[in-house]
Amino acid sequence: MPAFALEVNGVKRIAEVDEDTPLLWVLRDALGLTGTKYGCGVGQCGACTVLLDGSPVRSCRLTTRDAVGHRVLTIEGLSPDGGHPVQRAWVAGEVPQCGYCQSGQILSAVALLAKNPRPTDAQIDDAFLGLLCRCGTYNRIRAAVHRAAEEMRKEARP
Amino acid sequence: MSALVKVSRREFLLLSGGATAGLVLGFHLPARGDERAPFAPNAWLAIDEGGAVTVWVIRSEMGQGVLTSMPMLVAEQLDADWHSVKVAQAVTDPKYGRMSTGGSQSVRRSWEPLQRAGAAAREMLVAAAAKRWEVDPKACLAREGAVMERGGGRSLPYGKLVADAAKLPVPESPALKGPGEFALLGRPIPRLDTAEKVTGRAIFGTDVRLPGMLFATVARCPVRGGKVKTYQAAAALKVRGVRKVVEVPTGVAVVADSSWAALRGREALRATFDPGPNGKLDSVEVSARLADPAAKLTAVRSEGDFEAALARSKTRHEAVYQFPYLAHVTMEPMNCTARVDGAGAELWSPSQSPTWAQGEVAKALGLPEDRVRVHTTLLGCGFGRRAMPDVPVEAAHVARAAGAPVQVLWTREDDIVHDYYRPASRNVLSAGLDASGKLLAFRHTVRAPSVAAQVFEKPEGRPDVVGGAFDLPYRAEAVLVDCYAPAIGVTVGWWRSVYASQNACAQECFVDELAAKAGQDPFAFRRALLEGAPRLKEVLELAAAKSGWGGPLPPGRGRGIACFPSFGSFVAEVAEVSVVDSAIRVHRVVSAIDCGRIVNPDTIEAQIEGAIAFGLGAALREAITIRNGSAVQTNFDDYEPLRFPEMPAVEVHRVTSAEAPGGIGEPGVPPVAPAVLNAVAAATGVRVRTLPAGAVKVPAAGQRS
Repeated sequence: MPAFALEVNGVKRIAEVDEDTPLLWVLRDALGLTGTKYGCGVGQCGACTVLLDGSPVRSCRLTTRDAVGHRVLTIEGLSPDGGHPVQRAWVAGEVPQCGYCQSGQILSAVALLAKNPRPTDAQIDDAFLGLLCRCGTYNRIRAAVHRAAEEMRKEARP
Repeated sequence: MSALVKVSRREFLLLSGGATAGLVLGFHLPARGDERAPFAPNAWLAIDEGGAVTVWVIRSEMGQGVLTSMPMLVAEQLDADWHSVKVAQAVTDPKYGRMSTGGSQSVRRSWEPLQRAGAAAREMLVAAAAKRWEVDPKACLAREGAVMERGGGRSLPYGKLVADAAKLPVPESPALKGPGEFALLGRPIPRLDTAEKVTGRAIFGTDVRLPGMLFATVARCPVRGGKVKTYQAAAALKVRGVRKVVEVPTGVAVVADSSWAALRGREALRATFDPGPNGKLDSVEVSARLADPAAKLTAVRSEGDFEAALARSKTRHEAVYQFPYLAHVTMEPMNCTARVDGAGAELWSPSQSPTWAQGEVAKALGLPEDRVRVHTTLLGCGFGRRAMPDVPVEAAHVARAAGAPVQVLWTREDDIVHDYYRPASRNVLSAGLDASGKLLAFRHTVRAPSVAAQVFEKPEGRPDVVGGAFDLPYRAEAVLVDCYAPAIGVTVGWWRSVYASQNACAQECFVDELAAKAGQDPFAFRRALLEGAPRLKEVLELAAAKSGWGGPLPPGRGRGIACFPSFGSFVAEVAEVSVVDSAIRVHRVVSAIDCGRIVNPDTIEAQIEGAIAFGLGAALREAITIRNGSAVQTNFDDYEPLRFPEMPAVEVHRVTSAEAPGGIGEPGVPPVAPAVLNAVAAATGVRVRTLPAGAVKVPAAGQRS
């Protein structure tokens, strides 16, 4: 079995998998990082979203080979204790219902806010278009993104 | 303790830390519950010497908040310090009775027993303190996890009293605090499972990991009643990581070291199928079967003489509404993890019906029920799909055949193609009005396959297909509700709000049509007919008032209203829509609900928000069509639930009520589609009678009638 060196959550991890194995299954089955979820396998739902060099990608559509040489961030690596401003906003806004899609939603919010500290509703629509939530937490996600943006702007001030 | 339990504890201990309220996610407690706990007066709670309270929950958490609402019921009457309350998912055990979550029943069924459980424990703790202080128990009171003497005297935390309390008899009818004294119930207490869900630590079915566990996928015939004909086991076994290929009743399982190898292995099987008797079935034939002119109708509700009342009517109107099969598409596809060995079978399942699964697995494996244990994980949505025991039974077969613990993973394609669909239906409505527009005759004929007839050997009670339609709340001289439920070779099941999902839509759209015939405002028309349904009338009025009913709207917009009682609650919704380039855009939904006494107002709001998203997807776009006996749709590209930018602004208004608690998971769904379609009619003049609405063909201005 070939071995690939991946950088996941700031740590170098060796995965012994076939090179075309989607990153999703490497994270979940080989590395034990089950916070990243399988939802569709075809990049249509966003439940498997992780950040690759800070940008959201669907890990069900990214091969192990293509992940090599990039920084992978999963929900487990976002903060040691749930203290990232986006996670705090999700808690304060009571966003999750079943919670299954929320890792992907949270990481998408993190990527959006890193790029755009003051997103409009239309920009939030664009950023979350590809992320399904069957429980229908969309309005709470929107409110939590605005809340996190405000918190992060406050923290950024000297 | 058995070896099984020891492994479970090691693998799954997931405690949120310290002396804060938290979620103890399953699996860590001894099978028989509480014999080691210093104080466990019943199956629902235990308190240790440190004062930590554990509440066991038999309901499945699929987003509706039971891991918070159930402990709130216990803690309220226990007068517990909420921060010392932990919640644990119960494992199947006779002491819990039937564990199932559905029909929006959790709070309704648990409201009294869980409060009693807490109250009994509180009385025992108070009695223990009174005994120690040698005072009358009436001179003591419980508050926030301690017993104190009235008038401010001595005080002892629960933890110091548990040893004494455990020796006292359990009171049979403890006194319950009244609503005026509630400290938790009715308040927006933060959910106990949120921290796990924002950090990726929450354990859903598919996140279960056991020592030596393998992963499996199953090749199944996509047609109901069909079977696997041929497959290439040798080719699958050549895929790196594939360990075994085994036959199980549902098909052929590929067992592998990883999910990916199991998926690749199944492709390599190149399975072919014998579709059996349903192999030629398609949606055209389904529609024809439902419309069968020779169908024998069964009258279920008959008041007055419908035909005579219709004959006397000045205005008569009839309409036919058609609804497609719908998939659940829970975000977490079906899965189950099973271990079958000499000790019995142990399953980890995101199940809404652990006890049913336990019984079916026992039957399937030929084991006594007490040798089958089902652990309920978190559920990545449920919506009724996870009530079915098919996946646990399949996992048990695969695990036994594989001779190892196995997680059976369904792909999204498996999940859609092998779903238990919301039944397709054909709803025929007819009514008559007198000269003043008063409703004389109302008939609702539901033509739909029966879930109960397919699932149960001997379905009991009223035919399920008239669910919702039976409860017509409007006053008419004559009411007839009848049905025809043909057996059709498509698997059907319970889908959030069940038959109310079609029947409410047909009824509430048709009532709008009648209002138009009568030349009346649809809100006023309903209101006048709801004298016998005061709770529904009140939410109708509240939704109308909060939506600005009758007030100005931006050009191109229309408002639609609908109301419906279901699962013990009463909901009205007003939708505001526009239609641009044939596409329906829902801008705002204002809802009003009366669900009786409540546990957690924030959960109620969240459930209504979610129900609106769920109902909108079905109203606008979702449909399963059948070709060659199986679903045409296979993934989110052709079965697409509501997406983020489509979510309207939602308002939830609640009537304060002292009535018994009503359901909350489902009642928000039925009024959504009719409110939207009524708004479309108001905005465009186009009446949509076949769902999903899809593209609305609006005639050019000037061509409208």
